[in-house]
Amino acid sequence: MAPALCAVCKTERALIKRPKNHQKLCKGCFIQIFEDEVHHTILSSNLFYSGEKVAIGASGGKDSTVLASVLKTLNERHKYGLDLVLLSIDEGIKGYRDDSLETVKRNAAQYDMPLKIVGYDELYGWTMDQVVETIGKKGNCTYCGVFRRQALDRGSKMLGIKHVVTGHNADDVAETVLMNLLRGDLARLSRATSIVTGSNASDVKRSKPLKYAYEKEIVLYAHHKKLDYFSTECIYSPEAFRGSARTLIKSLERVRPSAILDVVRSGEDMARLVPGQTQDACACKGNATPAPVAAAEEDNGGGCGSANGRSTGGEMAAMERQLKEDEKAAEEKLETEITMLKPKAKGSQPKPEKDSKASSITVPIMKQKLGLCERCGYMSSQKLCQACMLLEGLNKNRPEIQI
Amino acid sequence: MAVETEAASQEVAMMPVVVEFSGGLEMLFSDQRRHSLSIPVATSEGKPTTVASLIDYLCRNTMKDTRKELFVLDDHLRPGILVLINDADWELEGEEAYEIQSGDNILFVSTLHGG
Repeated sequence: MAPALCAVCKTERALIKRPKNHQKLCKGCFIQIFEDEVHHTILSSNLFYSGEKVAIGASGGKDSTVLASVLKTLNERHKYGLDLVLLSIDEGIKGYRDDSLETVKRNAAQYDMPLKIVGYDELYGWTMDQVVETIGKKGNCTYCGVFRRQALDRGSKMLGIKHVVTGHNADDVAETVLMNLLRGDLARLSRATSIVTGSNASDVKRSKPLKYAYEKEIVLYAHHKKLDYFSTECIYSPEAFRGSARTLIKSLERVRPSAILDVVRSGEDMARLVPGQTQDACACKGNATPAPVAAAEEDNGGGCGSANGRSTGGEMAAMERQLKEDEKAAEEKLETEITMLKPKAKGSQPKPEKDSKASSITVPIMKQKLGLCERCGYMSSQKLCQACMLLEGLNKNRPEIQI
Repeated sequence: MAVETEAASQEVAMMPVVVEFSGGLEMLFSDQRRHSLSIPVATSEGKPTTVASLIDYLCRNTMKDTRKELFVLDDHLRPGILVLINDADWELEGEEAYEIQSGDNILFVSTLHGG
């Protein structure tokens, strides 16, 4: 059969069929258009300012590798004036993270970017291998998620950086939208769909420049640009709920490729309708209301910027539900307070401990006052931050005490 | 058609192809990315070998891993796995119905693994 020609240049052989509009493109035009679209997302959401130092949450996987490559390209092409740094988290999982960190190290050299690696062991005194040894596989993602959230923040702070970009793509966002729908959790849609999160909850904000990029195109971009990435699954990840949502999304894509972006857009629209969630799609304005929720939730909804993001398990959902019930109460309160007090509503993190069931029902959390964790100094509305709460439980199971 | 069936049933002609796995699929195929294979030109029913029959062939002959469902779901390639035929998206080539030619390079890339 005669090979199809590229719809743009009309000279080269088409190698890619775009999922969102079925356009047939050659390799060169595809790479150009992919980059142009990310550039457009960045501009229309006012993601960066000139001179900004930005940390790329890098796992060595395809998404963050493509993100690093594209940002480097765009930064040079369009003179963003960004100072880009790779920031990797070493969870301490042998046979998984140690291998992918090797990829990140190569990427640092390939992209000529400085690399900072922060390890759970140095931050918390525990590697994930040790955590799993102590508590078992069940529920370990909760620990990993809470730890990672802080680790990215702390890593950024060590570098003097206030903006972390992660490689979340359209498929990830669609997946999370579906999960929230399936859990009846509309309150979290805003977080799942907004491109910038957490700027008020912590002084480190997060954004996802690849939010509108199909996973398929990310993989094809990596393939055609011959990028060096690492693919494996976390050895501890249970493929429970997120896995099902993922399978569903992929099956939908097979039948109707535009479904993924359609779900993302639906998520954005629904988020706007949820009371208390006033963010717009690109969330470039101050978003006082949803922001306090941000700090706590990022990790749970795949907000880790790495492989594990998609490994949320069922036991995690239970914990999330507790967290979220606290948050909802907090949020409603904050919404009214904010107009009067207009404080920086930072760091009102809910407490993730076991008795939150009770508190979410009986105590409507009158006032979340911002403070610092008594133990580690991390921002927290409770005496202890989430990580320290979890660590306390862990340390009880280990005779010697660290840090 | 009848002639073709007869011819195929006699002697199985083979052709060389290169099959590659990436994005995590390597682990289902002996942790090896590139496989130079010699596959039948036609199926046992005498039909030309297509991507669909290649997938079937790979499951029966090349995959040592028992987790077949990570590659095939409901008798089709698992959604989320991309196929590139000589570097072109298989959606441009007729997907499973594409008739494999001698010397083709078929790449299976999983998008399902962590990023």
